[in-house]
Amino acid sequence: MRSRVATIARVRYAAHVDVTHLAGVLDPQGATVQRALPALGYDNVSDVSIGKTIRLVVDAPDEHAARAQVEEMCERLLANPVIEAYEITISEPAQV
Amino acid sequence: MSARVAVVLFPGTNCELDVAYAVERIGGSATIVFHTERDLLGADAVVVPGGFAHGDYLRTGAIARFSPIMEAVAQFASDGGPVVGICNGFQVLTEARLLPGVLQKNSGLRFLCDTVEVEIVTTRSALTSGATVGDVLRLPINHFEGNYTCDAATLERLRTDDRVVARYVDNPNGSLDDIAGICNAAGNVVGLMPHPERAIESILGSDDGIVLLRSLLDAAADRATASPALAR
Repeated sequence: MRSRVATIARVRYAAHVDVTHLAGVLDPQGATVQRALPALGYDNVSDVSIGKTIRLVVDAPDEHAARAQVEEMCERLLANPVIEAYEITISEPAQV
Repeated sequence: MSARVAVVLFPGTNCELDVAYAVERIGGSATIVFHTERDLLGADAVVVPGGFAHGDYLRTGAIARFSPIMEAVAQFASDGGPVVGICNGFQVLTEARLLPGVLQKNSGLRFLCDTVEVEIVTTRSALTSGATVGDVLRLPINHFEGNYTCDAATLERLRTDDRVVARYVDNPNGSLDDIAGICNAAGNVVGLMPHPERAIESILGSDDGIVLLRSLLDAAADRATASPALAR
């Protein structure tokens, strides 16, 4: 036992972050698309919103740790909490 | 001694030379500081200029705020040093949480390149101390994300604490409460969407930006006199 560093098994998780506008925040892109759709004959459309999707792969000891880390990334960089909400989906470990 | 202004340069910034030129033309001295630096080199004021820092990827200003130089800017701001963000620089300061709120896409979803009128709302900021409340200035705008927004409580605070610095006379971008610029509680950190540095020669359309940049140089000179040992 030369090394005292424990080897922690890491699993590869696929994370999917859905960034959307907070309720009440203007969504000029969504509003513009909503105005454009009736021109194509879709006059039954409402609540159009445009957000963004960020996909990443995280190596972590378990799903809980992976989610916690992605949540931190969202707070610090991936979303701006002043105008954006985010939802994280961690999927089954991807095949390496 | 002329007031020394550090002009922060990120990859994608494109107004640093205009700011440096304007500062020097009205009697200050300007040093361009690259984003990887950790030191403001003894500057008495900081300008975060316009452009497209880091390509505006993810959100405007989102990546730039993690640049090494921004730690020094935040420290300088918390020491009371005058910091002005113009256009993209305003966006960087909101992402860095040095100013509240956010600048989202213009309500008309168009990039705006125009000269607009803005009314000075307060003179307690580092950028407007030499102006007069009610002054209407003609300044160029050049942005896609200039539509200021924040939550209702923040807006209330901005109004009651006299932190709205300038308002558009004819709102071009959907900005909340016609806001063109705001400042922090102390007034030393200011964000402004229009470009005062592009309005310093009447032969080019307007010299209304001079009063703003001169205010900044005055704030810088005050700081240099008050605390000559700081940040040197």
